[in-house]
Order: sequence, then structure tokens, then C-alpha cells
Amino acid sequence: MSPSFVELFYLVATALFVFSLHWMNDPKTARRGVIAGASAMAIGMAATWFQPFVQNHGWMVLAVLAGIAVGWPLSRVSLTAAPQRTALSHAFGGLAAGLVGTAKYFAWLGDGPEALTTFRMIAIIAEVILGFITFTGSLFAAGKLQELNWVPQRPVTYFGQNIFNGLLLLAAIGMGAMLVNDPTSEIAPLLFGGVVVIALLFGILLIIPIGGADMPTVIAILNSYAGLAAVAMGFVLENKLLITAGALDGASGLILSIIMCRAMNRSYMNVLFGAFGSVAPPQEGGEQGEYRADTIESASQIMEQANQVVIIPGYGMAVAQAQHKVRELYDQLMKRGIDVKFAIHPVAGRMPGHMNVLLAEADIPYTSLLEMDEINGEMPQCDVALVVGANDVVNPAARSDESSPIYGMPIIDADKARTIFAIKRSKNPGFAGIDNGLYFNEKTWMLFGDAKVVIGNLVKELTGESGL
Amino acid sequence: MKDSGKYLPRSVIVAISTVVAIIGVALAAHSTTTATLLVSPAVVPSHAPGDVDYWGMVFVFLLSTFVGLGVIRRVSRLLYTPLMSLTNAISAIAVVGAILVAGPDYPIEIRVLGLIALFASVTNIVSGFLITDRMLKMFKKD
Repeated sequence: MSPSFVELFYLVATALFVFSLHWMNDPKTARRGVIAGASAMAIGMAATWFQPFVQNHGWMVLAVLAGIAVGWPLSRVSLTAAPQRTALSHAFGGLAAGLVGTAKYFAWLGDGPEALTTFRMIAIIAEVILGFITFTGSLFAAGKLQELNWVPQRPVTYFGQNIFNGLLLLAAIGMGAMLVNDPTSEIAPLLFGGVVVIALLFGILLIIPIGGADMPTVIAILNSYAGLAAVAMGFVLENKLLITAGALDGASGLILSIIMCRAMNRSYMNVLFGAFGSVAPPQEGGEQGEYRADTIESASQIMEQANQVVIIPGYGMAVAQAQHKVRELYDQLMKRGIDVKFAIHPVAGRMPGHMNVLLAEADIPYTSLLEMDEINGEMPQCDVALVVGANDVVNPAARSDESSPIYGMPIIDADKARTIFAIKRSKNPGFAGIDNGLYFNEKTWMLFGDAKVVIGNLVKELTGESGL
Repeated sequence: MKDSGKYLPRSVIVAISTVVAIIGVALAAHSTTTATLLVSPAVVPSHAPGDVDYWGMVFVFLLSTFVGLGVIRRVSRLLYTPLMSLTNAISAIAVVGAILVAGPDYPIEIRVLGLIALFASVTNIVSGFLITDRMLKMFKKD
């Protein structure tokens, strides 16, 4: 294939990628977007592969087959595990970028110093640093989300952490600068190895101080890094398709992380360096009352008499895999002519849009899923707010308590409903370790237990009565 | 989205201008050094330094970032999880780079790195597009 034809195919692929993302603006057209994206990828791959200088076909086919063999099962994971899978994918993406950068450096090193121009060296260093940070960072994020034993779940902080990390990054950049200055000196390969090792280490150090509540933002940031690594690769290989596709990906991660930060009223810097949730705030024992637990029977009675029920799902629903039981509850209430809506906070769950996907999996129509801004106006008219494993996103301290770590974060106004039921696994504070005044509200009744079991019992109570 | 206009705040402008500034400086530094360099024998076509349109690439990067911001801002909030897995698959465009490293007649160590990168990217392509489609199939109106 001649170079012009390759460029032509790259052009088509770029257009298809843009359309692919454009069609995601509506659930009705979104599947078309997947087809467009997959075709673009196939076109880009084929155009690259069928160039005369590409040989080595046997081994490459083998690598592709191995990729399919691993990728297929990864696409079948349960949707509760979607955040882990996404993080793991970012890790693979980062690894690919880092390895291509490394390979290209050593290839050009063999060609002689003329090949390693300043521009190429800067691009290679950027690609390798971004790629390997994304690799270990995402691996650790995936481990945290999967709750693997050897990955610390709670944020890990120590004295001088940010200074240490900063110095480490400076060291990597310094070594990178030396490499750019003289890419073929005797110690250059050693310096290059040093940059790789520091980037790998830095990825881990960047993730360990981050708490579970910040995971949606962090995953979005890693998404954007993976895209930027592809852009850097495009500059290294002088390949425009890599630049366009990588830029689209980088833009997506950037926007999502901004939306997530905003939904928590926090800045980028604060998420990355703040070690959210590591310090438990001082307890104000006097003000808080007791939890008031309620029985399933009276809860179901109150719900039956409601006109409007708003269900507020959180990570607890995902952990308990309760979405299908929630669907049964939804059916039971709808059958009685009760208006049931879902209030989705942007950062509920462990990745952007996590709750929407789980509820869609349970066949709940997406027209019933409302965003925080849309539902908050209706909350004072709402008879029952049912909180399913959500915590920080309904914590009224975000509105009133200036000393609270989540002060200023927009929340779903569950406390404005006439009655509030909160399903909670235990009496411990949530992942962020912050006490929630909603649970001590005089209108609130607690339903302790696993979300799936509690909602299952509610459904049983409702069906039992309708049978009489 | 009613507040979509707000998603181009200062931080985006700062981020983009930082990246473009870094590339610009790199280019400026580059043009002072390549002037003295000889054209090397290229292993892969179009990889001779000096005759590459770097500024063109920077323009492509800047404009596609803006296109990306514009398109992503309009994505339905319902679909953020599928969006992430879709962009995940799209960022596996690194597969092109992997082929360009694994394919040509490079020393074996370099090709092995390329093959691992090829494996990793294909994993992302397959799992990314398939799981996105699986999720999107679930979104029903009624």
C-alpha cells in the first residue's frame, strides 16, 4: 500500500472515531458509535499492517490471537466489576505506549545519533513517562477496586509524601533532560532505564494515597493519560492517526475528570494530592442522636402509601449486586401506581456512570434515571427517599458543616423527603470515614443489612400482601 | 445538557496551553539542532528527521483536542461508563504504533517489545468494543 493510501485510510478512520463519540450523545444511537469505532480501528490497523516494510507476520498474528484470547473473557465480566476492568484496560494501554516508546528509542539508538533528534527524544520521554505511570497506576487502581489483599484499601499516607513524590518526578524529568541533551552518551541506556523505573514507581505512589470515594475521578484522569500517551506516541512515530485518536481520548478523560471533580467540589490537585478520607474528622458526639432502626414490615407499609418514591443508589448497591432486587421493588411499587424515580449522583459508585449501567443491566428504563440537578427540585414533594448503599452523596454536612471534608460538595437532598429509609451494611461510617447526619435525622429510619437481602425482604413483604 | 457550556473552564485552557507550550518549546529546540544534522538512512519510510512537518502535527493535535472536547461535552450522562470503555478501546489505537515497531526488520529484542505492545492493545480493542456494546444493549427506554 502506498503512503498516500495509508494516509487516506487514516483520514477515514479519524472521521469514524469522531462519529463514534458523537453518536454516544444519545442511548438510541450509541450502538452505532461502537460499530463506527470498531470499523475505524480495523481500517487503521489494516492500513498500517499492509505496508511493504511490515514483515514478521507470523509472530504478529500470534500476538493478535493472544490479545483476542485475553480480551474476550475481559469483555464478559459482570458489570459490577466494570471499574476494575476499565482500570485494567488503562494499564494495558499504558504498557503498550511505554513499550513502543522504549522500543523506538533503542531502535533509533542502533541507527546512530542522527535519528534521535531533540523533538523525538522529548516525545519519547513524554510517552514513556506517561505510559508507565498509567501502567502501574492503573494496575494498582484495579487492584484497589477488586479489593485484592496485597493492595492497601485505605489511603496510605506518610510524612513528606508529596515532597517525596515531587522530587521523584523531578528526578525523572531531570534524567529525561539529560537524555534529550545527549541521547547517545554511554550512560544513556542506563538513564533511560532510570526514567522507566521511576515512572513505574511513581504510578504506584500516585495511587496509594487515594481513597475509594475518589476513584471515579482517578479513573477518568488515567483515561486521559492513556490518551495523551498515545498522542506522544504519534509524535514519536510521526503518525497522525495516533495523534487524533489519542487526543479524542485525552479530551474525554479530561472532561470526565472535571465533571467528577466538580461533583465533589474539589480541585484536580486536591484529588491527586489530598489523600481524601485518610483523616477521620473529630467526632461531635453531643449533637448526634441514635440510629433508629425500622422493621421491613412498617417500611413496606409506608412505601405502599407513598405517591412518590425516590431511590438513591450508591456503591453499596453495586457491592451487594442488589440492582436486580431493586428492579423487583421498582416493579412492585409501579404496579401500585406509585411514581418511582432514581436519583443518580455523578460520583455515585466507583466510576463515572456506574449506577446507570447497573440499573440498565437490571432492565430499568433509562427514562427513570434522573440526574442530581433534575431531582433535587422534586425532593420536598417526595414521600419516601430510599437510600441504597449511598453515603457521602446524601450527607447534609456537605451543605451545612464547614469543618466537614466534603463541605461544598453538591448532594442529593434526601433529607428533604418526608420519610427517609437508609439501607446500610453496618453501623460503621462510609468509605470516606465521615459521619453522616442524615442517619440521625428524625425522619430517617435505618434498615441494617446487605442491600440485596433487605430489598429482597421488602419485595417479599409487598408481594405477600398483594397476594391477600 | 443544560450546563454543558460550562465545561470549558480555566483548567482546560491551562491544561491545553501547557501541553501546546511544551510541544512548541520542543519544536523550537528541535529546529536549532536539526539544522546541523545529516539526513540519516531511514529504516522505515518517512522517518528521516528534518523533513517532517512537526508543526502540522501540533495543529492536528490541537484541533482534534477541541473536536474531542466539543463532542464529549454532548455525550449523555447516562452513558459515561460505556463512554469510558469506548474511549478505552479507541486509545488502543496504540496498536498502530505496536505494528510499526513489531513489523519492520528490527533487532529481535525490539520486535519482542512491539509484540507485547501489540498483544496489550489488541486485548483492549477486543474487550473495549465488546463490553461497550454489551452495556449499550442494556439501555432501554421502556
